[in-house]
Amino acid sequence: MTFDLDRAWRVDPRVSMRPEPFGALLYHFGTRRLSFLKNQTVLAVVRSLDGHPSARAACLASGVAEAELPAYARALAALADSKMITERMSHDSSS
Amino acid sequence: MAVKASSPGKLTDLFQLGLDAPICLTWELTYACNLSCVHCLSSSGRRDPRELTTDECKAVIDTLERMQVFYVNIGGGEPTVRPDFWELVDYATAHHVGVKFSTNGVRLDAAAAARLAASDYVDVQISLDGATREVNDAVRGPGSFDTAMRAMGHLRDAGFSGFKLSVVMTRQNIPQIDQFKAIADEYGAQLRLTRLRPSGRGADVWDELHPLPEQQRTLYDWLVAHGEQVLTGDSFFHLSAFGGALPGLNLCGAGRVVCLIDPVGDVYACPFAIHENFLAGNVRSSGGFETVWKTSELFADLRKPDTGGACKSCGFYDSCRGGCMAAKFFTGLPLDGPDPECVQGYGETALASVSASPGLPVPRPSVDHSHRTAPSRPVQGTAGGPVPVSIARRRPPAHDCDESPLAGFETSAPGAAAGRR
Amino acid sequence: MPEVSTPVVAGTGHEAEAEDLASEELLVEEVSIDGMCGVY
Repeated sequence: MTFDLDRAWRVDPRVSMRPEPFGALLYHFGTRRLSFLKNQTVLAVVRSLDGHPSARAACLASGVAEAELPAYARALAALADSKMITERMSHDSSS
Repeated sequence: MAVKASSPGKLTDLFQLGLDAPICLTWELTYACNLSCVHCLSSSGRRDPRELTTDECKAVIDTLERMQVFYVNIGGGEPTVRPDFWELVDYATAHHVGVKFSTNGVRLDAAAAARLAASDYVDVQISLDGATREVNDAVRGPGSFDTAMRAMGHLRDAGFSGFKLSVVMTRQNIPQIDQFKAIADEYGAQLRLTRLRPSGRGADVWDELHPLPEQQRTLYDWLVAHGEQVLTGDSFFHLSAFGGALPGLNLCGAGRVVCLIDPVGDVYACPFAIHENFLAGNVRSSGGFETVWKTSELFADLRKPDTGGACKSCGFYDSCRGGCMAAKFFTGLPLDGPDPECVQGYGETALASVSASPGLPVPRPSVDHSHRTAPSRPVQGTAGGPVPVSIARRRPPAHDCDESPLAGFETSAPGAAAGRR
Repeated sequence: MPEVSTPVVAGTGHEAEAEDLASEELLVEEVSIDGMCGVY
């Protein structure tokens, strides 16, 4: 699946995110699925998605290097696939 | 969408640091039960007079909310016999803690079903251990099959699809596996097949009821064939040594991913390990559940990475991780060796040497709330022979529990029995 | 769902070795978790 880094994304409101020593756990109350975020950076990216006009911007702002973007795109793709994150309808950042 | 099996080794590394909160927390609300299932993991039947009060339960829920526990698995005994059951469920969901509860269906009437169908945050699981009345009631007691089917009918009629039908797999019911699927399909339920362990009263019937080796193979193949349609609660990871891993974490989560809060507030590493060796603390102590979860020495010990022990040299260790800690403990096997049902046969060898050498008796549960006068049940296969009466095999209870197990069950005054201790 | 990603190890400040593409560590891993031990 190709993930569009240049779209605006956000965490689904039915998802509960719990920071952990290793990163975070995400639980979707609708699908009952559980995801592990395995480092602090990917957690920072996911948390900040809603405040950036694109996933790419969120990644860069969280300290992801250009060379690492494909890896983070794949990570975000996995979250999109399990409905943990969804596209935002507007490109304006919401709060 | 196929979900790949996780790499347990890497996840085990993560758990070494300890999770801030359990993922699958089981909370047994009461030891009271209207049934006396022969294999009950919690040896339930009689209410314990020291049961947590309604307010104490709410305090636990407050803690779970603070810890951001996603959901709690509620069971017992039969949780719905507590007069404050619905009050507690509502309190939990109002405080951002999802509820999944397990029931034999005794109080799941049309009104209860409608209530459940209306809630997004409450899931229900009906227990059934036979696809026919004969097979089921031999384990769960007369009338239990009908009770479960009636409850399932109410759920279906209320439009609650996707509730779980949960079966403990035994020597007697593995041949009925397709029928279980048919029943689940008929009621719009999702089938769960789970593993019998020699825990609680399960220790007494383990020899007769645990699957035969060839049945384990049948079960594994069937699970693989049915993929994600059928749930297992990650309880068959020891079968992963047959071939590809089944979906799930595929490791023992005791003290790392899961734990149990029992009806009197005792915190155990796992619901199948109700024994003082696996007692981490009590929620009534200062600091409550959160302190127990985060600082218990027992849990710190369980969170250390597995070295594999005697299983280290086996090529299948990566998939089976040595199996179930509780199954090993209650069959007298060392925890750093094979599971009693190791599919490679190492468990049988280990069991043979345990029974051959004299020594300490196999550990027994010290907590026993079984009914004192459990009705006798025929055990399948004992050709019309005498029926084992539980009372003769039960150790004297640790506590003088003289309360009727159904205290408050038919009362018109909610909280009369359970609420004040 | 196969995932290939640059291995990053949390909090340690160093990168894990990538043996080959197929075994690189995942940043996000979904786990099919229906309860554990099969209880509820």
